[in-house]
Amino acid sequence: MDSIFLQILNGLDKGAAYALIALGLTLVFGTLGVVNFAHGALFMLGAFCAVSLQSILTISKKVRDESITFFEAYKETPYLELWWGDTGTMIIDWAVPLSILMAIPLMLLIGLIMERGLIRHFYSRPHADQILVTFGLAIVLQELIKYYFGANPIPTPPPDIVAGSAAVGAWLGLGDNVVYPWWRLIYFLFSMLIIAAVFAFLHLTTFGMVVRAGMHDRETVGLLGINVEKRFTIVFGIAAVVAGLAGVMYAPILPPDYHMGMDFLVLSFVVVVVGGMGSLGGAVAAGFLLGILQSVASMNEVKSLLPGIDQIIIYLVAVVILLVRPRGLMGRKGVAED
Amino acid sequence: MSMPTLKNDLAIMVLFTAAVLSAPLWLAPIGADYPDLLQKFAIYGIFAVGFNILFGLTGYLSFGHAAFLGVGSYTAVWSFKLLSMNVLPAVALSVLMAGVFAYLIGFISLRRSGIYFSILTLAFAQMCYNLAYSVLTPITNGETGLQLANDDARVIDTLFGISYDGLPSTTLFGLEMTGYPGFYFCAVLLILGFFLSLRIFHSPFGMKLRAIKSNQTRMVYTGYNTKPYLLTAFVISGMYAGLAGALLAVTDPLAGAERMQWTASGEVVLMTILGGAGTLIGPLLGVGIIKYFENIFSAMNVQQLTEMFAFLPDWLGKIAVTLTNPFVGEGWHLTLGLLFMLIVIFLPGGVMEGMRRIAAIPRKLKQRAVPKPTPATEEK
Amino acid sequence: MGDIILDIDKVDKTFGGLHALADIDLKIEEGKIHAIIGPNGAGKSTLLNVCIGRLEPDRGTVRFNGEIITGKKPYEINHAGVVRVFQTPEIFPDLSLLQNVMVPAFAKRDGTFKFNFWKSLSSEKAIREEAEQVLNDLGLGEHLNHHAGSMSRGDKRRLELAMGLIQHPRLLLLDEPTAGMSRHDTNRTIELLTRIKERGMTKIIIEHDMHVVFSLADTISVLAQGRIIAQGTPDEIRGNPKVQEAYLGGAEL
Repeated sequence: MDSIFLQILNGLDKGAAYALIALGLTLVFGTLGVVNFAHGALFMLGAFCAVSLQSILTISKKVRDESITFFEAYKETPYLELWWGDTGTMIIDWAVPLSILMAIPLMLLIGLIMERGLIRHFYSRPHADQILVTFGLAIVLQELIKYYFGANPIPTPPPDIVAGSAAVGAWLGLGDNVVYPWWRLIYFLFSMLIIAAVFAFLHLTTFGMVVRAGMHDRETVGLLGINVEKRFTIVFGIAAVVAGLAGVMYAPILPPDYHMGMDFLVLSFVVVVVGGMGSLGGAVAAGFLLGILQSVASMNEVKSLLPGIDQIIIYLVAVVILLVRPRGLMGRKGVAED
Repeated sequence: MSMPTLKNDLAIMVLFTAAVLSAPLWLAPIGADYPDLLQKFAIYGIFAVGFNILFGLTGYLSFGHAAFLGVGSYTAVWSFKLLSMNVLPAVALSVLMAGVFAYLIGFISLRRSGIYFSILTLAFAQMCYNLAYSVLTPITNGETGLQLANDDARVIDTLFGISYDGLPSTTLFGLEMTGYPGFYFCAVLLILGFFLSLRIFHSPFGMKLRAIKSNQTRMVYTGYNTKPYLLTAFVISGMYAGLAGALLAVTDPLAGAERMQWTASGEVVLMTILGGAGTLIGPLLGVGIIKYFENIFSAMNVQQLTEMFAFLPDWLGKIAVTLTNPFVGEGWHLTLGLLFMLIVIFLPGGVMEGMRRIAAIPRKLKQRAVPKPTPATEEK
Repeated sequence: MGDIILDIDKVDKTFGGLHALADIDLKIEEGKIHAIIGPNGAGKSTLLNVCIGRLEPDRGTVRFNGEIITGKKPYEINHAGVVRVFQTPEIFPDLSLLQNVMVPAFAKRDGTFKFNFWKSLSSEKAIREEAEQVLNDLGLGEHLNHHAGSMSRGDKRRLELAMGLIQHPRLLLLDEPTAGMSRHDTNRTIELLTRIKERGMTKIIIEHDMHVVFSLADTISVLAQGRIIAQGTPDEIRGNPKVQEAYLGGAEL
């Protein structure tokens, strides 16, 4: 029982990442009708926002290491520490949460440039062309990151205060061995917050209502004389920010490397398809569902029963769902069937 | 869009055969005449020609063809280990095995179309890849990859009293399949594969596949059950991929799971599109361009770049080196991604489309120069 | 009275709350041209869709040549001899005109599936000549190798008619075959359809152009709100007050 609960917990953070990526993916698909293979790259860029801020904050100077007196030794000390002492150290420690502030405008900008410069010209092209051009863009983005940051994963630790684990088991009256890293808990709550914000935005604002109407019936909304194009750009920007934030906060969980975007993209696509193309609720539900399923499937008890199941569970679920419910869990009729 | 004639087909085949067999000669001036690269041209050529039968004719975009490439490689290496170092059984078994896999995966995936089809094929390929890395290790040897060993059984070879000192190499009845002989073996199969694809393109079957791409709904009301058509095309293209996989193992008897990863599927899509999907020669041009530049670009480094830009003034040369450096060596994929984007954006028909446009320029100029004569039409 | 080729028996179809077809009974004699007229939304296209297997009726059956075809696959119905020409041209835009007509010709000869990958198109002389002939008959002979997608709408409709005719169907369903055609082309199509009539092909035509209806049809049914409100020869229909009221708005025919 405890171990199942633990696996569900473990699936939450991964599921949250899937849900956030899939949310943007399906939002873009539903409104703009574009299949964006570069969406995973946005997630990756978000994670590298955290990496960049961390490396900016830790720009260092060589100073004499006073603790060694026998010979002359130097150590790298960040300027921030030299200037502001403990305050500087704390700022560095909080690099990841701080990079959210940097990621929001930056990802918005990247999203806007992407939509204006590239995606816009592909609205009326076949889905295959959209897949191909965004696939090319994804390769370009990840190779650029590889060029500047190298091929190895870069550790980006969370602030010290949340580095440990939360005694979730003790809180809920389960065994004491049920512990869950604080940061993952934060990630889960953070994702819920973002998802709630996106839904609130779509349901409570006029802008959001137009967007939802557009997802339902694009032509009619266009006929109403509403400037759809401008809204498309903003929707794309929002999706980019959501993916970016998902990436920023994921950096402490998985040290970012250049191909993390592609890894998550393939799975997120499966999530979108399972949830139903163009269904926001479906994307979120399927994200968590698949994250948890993957986690449960990697339990030893399950693996010994069905060897290899942890490796293929997500794809297997996708195949079954597509065959049994062609439009996914919550998909609507007639979306992207040509 | 006039109908193909047998004479034309024959001419194409003669030209093609001559071009492939003489490739070591005419590729020498651009430094692409060494066997390793030639083999790659031929092998990936087969892969792309097969992929084109599915994507080019029916429009179904599979993102999982690498799975069949991998299946082909594993089958071939097992054939070398268990049966014989002779390449013929290996090739035959690989094609067969890939066909079986393609039938199973195609049967299920083709129940959907559009993006859903792409995702289904992707899901199946990823399953194959993940399983090859994990539970199937006894068959695939996991991360290390499947290799030959001294104590392999090689039943048929033993039966005929053939024995090897040390690690054996693949042979065609005693002729070692490395270097130029290896290339020529691949080249002959490429020619056969191309010939089959030519026949399919110019057959009623091929025309029906094009019609499915153009308007599948109409096909159903025209009296066609489209599913078996699509499945046949899928299986054929899967078998081509299996053949390519087998040849990869023939020229280098090692099979690893990374061959099945979806990036490998992406590569064949890329090559086909770059050259021109749906055209006969296009995919081969795509393979040639990508594999050639991969070879050149990925081998370059800062030093070579500096030499290349030595003719420029020093400061300009430095800037040029800095600007080009991300695109070579390890950065080859960046070039590839950019190239790919440019093609899809500006030239959706690929290189073939570009050549057609260039060929049309003189005609347009002529039309502008002289008033268009009224075409002589037959009165009925 | 000749043999009944198509027998629509108590066919009923609803979409949501809308009764698209209500208890339709219709018998078509072999070799005749039957016109279905009625205001927009009367259920005419739905009726044709039921006949070709695009829609399945909620109740009732359709018999073709004595055999029940409801529930069969569209391609099976095609091979039974029922062919439909659509209202918005359904062609193969990426193929040439000649290929557009050869594809249905192959269907007729090869059946629902044939893996004839080794045969060359250039050796299919008989099919090719037949296709050229049909296209010539329809006045498209000059454009054999043109891209079908780039033709005018009227040409596309004639092309689709050619695609239907080459299959020599026993029953041809035409959904507004002359809509969007010039008067000249319309007359030409009428003349062509009359000629085929002599070859014994049964036809059902949905048409708004009364000129076409009255110069072609042997019998007419009038459909309104999913029901057949009148049926008979052109003269009977012309004189039927119910029809004039419901459909023709009392105007003199």
